[in-house]
Amino acid sequence: MFGNKRLTSLLGMLGPFIGLLLIVTIITILNPSFLTIDNLLNVLRQVSINALIAFGMTFVILTGGIDLSVGSTLAFSGAVTATMMASGIDPLIAILSGLIIGTLLGAFNGFIIAKGKVAPFIATLATMTIYRGLTLMFTDGRPVSGLGESTLFEMMGKGYFFGIPVPAMTTMVTFLILYLLLKKTTFGRRVYAVGGNEEAAILSGISATRIKIYVYSLTGFLAALAGIILTSRLNSAQPTAGQMYELDAIAAVVLGGTSLTGGKGWIVGTIIGALIIGVLNNGLNLLGVSSFFQQVVKGSVILLAVLLDRKKA
Amino acid sequence: MIEMRGIDKSFSGVHVLKKVDFTLKKGEVHALMGENGAGKSTLMKILSGIHMRDEGTITVAGREVVYKHPKQAEKDGIAVIHQELNILPELTIAENLFLGNEKTVKNLGWMKTKEMNRMAAEQLEQLGLNVKPTTLAKHLSVGKQQIIEIAKSLMTNAKVIVMDEPTAALTDREIDTLFTTIRKLKEQGVSLIYISHRMEEIFSICDRITVLRDGESIGTKVIKETDFDEIVSMMVGRQLGERFPIRKSKIGNVKLAVEGLTRKDEFKDVSLEVKAGEILGISGLMGAGRSELVETIFGYRNEDQGKILIDGKPLKLKNPQDAIEQGIAFVSEDRKSKGLVIDFSIRDNLNMSNLTTLSNKGWMVHGNELSLYKEMVSRLSIRSSGSEQKAKSLSGGNQQKVVIGKWLGMRPKVLILDEPTRGVDVGAKKEIYSIMNDLADQGVAIIMVSSELPEIIGMSTRVAVMCEGKLMTTLDKHEFSEERIMHFATGGDKHVRK
Ligand SMILES: Nc1ncnc2c1ncn2[C@@H]1O[C@H](COP(=O)(O)OP(=O)(O)OP(=O)(O)O)[C@@H](O)[C@H]1O
Ligand SMILES: [Mg+2]
Repeated sequence: MFGNKRLTSLLGMLGPFIGLLLIVTIITILNPSFLTIDNLLNVLRQVSINALIAFGMTFVILTGGIDLSVGSTLAFSGAVTATMMASGIDPLIAILSGLIIGTLLGAFNGFIIAKGKVAPFIATLATMTIYRGLTLMFTDGRPVSGLGESTLFEMMGKGYFFGIPVPAMTTMVTFLILYLLLKKTTFGRRVYAVGGNEEAAILSGISATRIKIYVYSLTGFLAALAGIILTSRLNSAQPTAGQMYELDAIAAVVLGGTSLTGGKGWIVGTIIGALIIGVLNNGLNLLGVSSFFQQVVKGSVILLAVLLDRKKA
Repeated sequence: MIEMRGIDKSFSGVHVLKKVDFTLKKGEVHALMGENGAGKSTLMKILSGIHMRDEGTITVAGREVVYKHPKQAEKDGIAVIHQELNILPELTIAENLFLGNEKTVKNLGWMKTKEMNRMAAEQLEQLGLNVKPTTLAKHLSVGKQQIIEIAKSLMTNAKVIVMDEPTAALTDREIDTLFTTIRKLKEQGVSLIYISHRMEEIFSICDRITVLRDGESIGTKVIKETDFDEIVSMMVGRQLGERFPIRKSKIGNVKLAVEGLTRKDEFKDVSLEVKAGEILGISGLMGAGRSELVETIFGYRNEDQGKILIDGKPLKLKNPQDAIEQGIAFVSEDRKSKGLVIDFSIRDNLNMSNLTTLSNKGWMVHGNELSLYKEMVSRLSIRSSGSEQKAKSLSGGNQQKVVIGKWLGMRPKVLILDEPTRGVDVGAKKEIYSIMNDLADQGVAIIMVSSELPEIIGMSTRVAVMCEGKLMTTLDKHEFSEERIMHFATGGDKHVRK
């Protein structure tokens, strides 16, 4: 009797995974060069930026929130790190500063949402604009380049570790940490509780305010990490970097089966969601699909996934 | 009117209804009773087309029916007021009443708002509810929302009305109005199925009673030919004995006291104290400010004036964490919105208020979680298919036990319970009372807000009576009587003097 229930819930969790396999199969049949080691490593590297942002987004969405400002946070942190490096400051300090700035921007989001009781959509819509404006002011609207030579910094975006792209490694390690955080710690439980029923959570002695601030800070931190990786890969920081990244991140979370109403979902789904988007991007390019039509395909896949999810429930 | 024969139903392998028979005559009020999880709500959901039966037949007015959708049952004149309220908080009362049955100009979709408001006002007046039909539903108390649900079913001119625990959130006065309405409906030939855990109600308005136990129909009796003990033993399968177990706890020092506690528009200048080993009952009508008062003591709301003292020391409780740290536990009313995360498993719900103690340096320890689950299941006899069952698929009474279980795990010094036995069956009620007694014996100071006078009188050491945000009086055990408590709850001498 119980096995039955387990089975249905297992199938539900496998849904995104089956979807990914299906897409990979179709693309490989149409163009076998998709399934080469080189190309797969390429996909992993491309996916890592979106995956990192989407991890943060998963936490935010689990609390019943949303963060539209991740793209701007990414750009600002990248610009800070790049500017510091260009002026000869130690790369490690530059990277840490970028990460701290991102965390602070995220914390500010959390503060407005939790303490100011502003709806997350509105609050981060506003800060998305503010942070973008700050980036443009900070860089004078020009790309920051001439970052000097630093192995540490170059490794972050372009390096390989045992043949695997460093960004992909970073993503995997981050994933493992966050997976454990969500699944095995009191913090993770509290995140789910706040999203599941905020009032009940507060009455159980959980500080929803604190949890929200932490969650948005985490998202800011991860967006900054993604921003620094991107800067390293391009060897310059673009003030317009990361535009619309929030949409890909939200799409990855939703494809992974996490509910936008909060309290339900998991981070394993998010990584699969990010892979689906990455594989689609890469595969459609390989197949020579026009970039206009690619958008139609990507959008349709998201719709289809959500519709299938509805059916199940 | 209605004949249900051999109804069988399983939920993912759990056999919930076993060959249940149930008949309803025209113009009768038929009580459906049974322990939490016996299958009452499920049977009614099958009757009204929400769930499909696995086996069995249903005949309505001589015609066999298979409802696949509640709308079909509604067409045949069957209306159900569900245990869980279905009110849309952002709509007005009138909009809620006409939801799905709006009056429109020539059915073109243009709503006749004025007419709907007028009809709603008439209906509300009949039910003795003194509110404007244009009030937003969210501004109403749970009790008043319940009456709106009842009004809604009356609007559809139903021939059969099912009421699933309609009085759980009502005050005595509201219940009186409801009963008057039920008697009126009966005269008009409407048949009612009435589910409740309150025996007094069954005896005062029902004609016949059918008892379910573990998904089986145990029997149907004529109310006049049966009594309290017989019904209880049909329900639980044994004699239950005293309804309120006796308590012999030693009363100790004052554990918690409040002095001059005030919150604007909610309650004013309330002073009371509760000693170790004591149960302080707080009585009053809905809207007297009782829940607001205890939520303030728990730090969920912040007082404007006044002091809260624990063990004689004044403390500032800014939020529930502060209160929990002081050993205060709080079982909130309205389990669905304030007590449970309904999509969480039982295990996760029980954990929620104990995360710190169940974990080790922030890491959850699965063994601790399971032992808490096991302890609570056996202490509270929670009926479930396992620790991973979702709270939303538990019966109402078992949900309530989970909410109480959440707090027993922290070994509280002060336990505040707001309507602890709402929707809980007689057997489980007694279990909850026994647990309260055990805790009192161990020196826990207990505050119990309750709208059920027998419970207040049966369980309390002392009773504080509130009316319109003011503490009217505190009565000692030898001064208790329903009349006296009601006298103060409705304003006391103030009204007499006028
Ligand atoms: N959707 C569902 N999925 C799985 N199990 C369910 C579902 N709905 C009800 N149950 C189970 O069916 C049993 C009967 O539940 P039901 O709600 O009918 O009880 P009840 O007699 O109304 O109890 P109460 O007095 O507490 O309201 C319970 O054990 C419950 O856990
Ligand atoms: Mg029920």
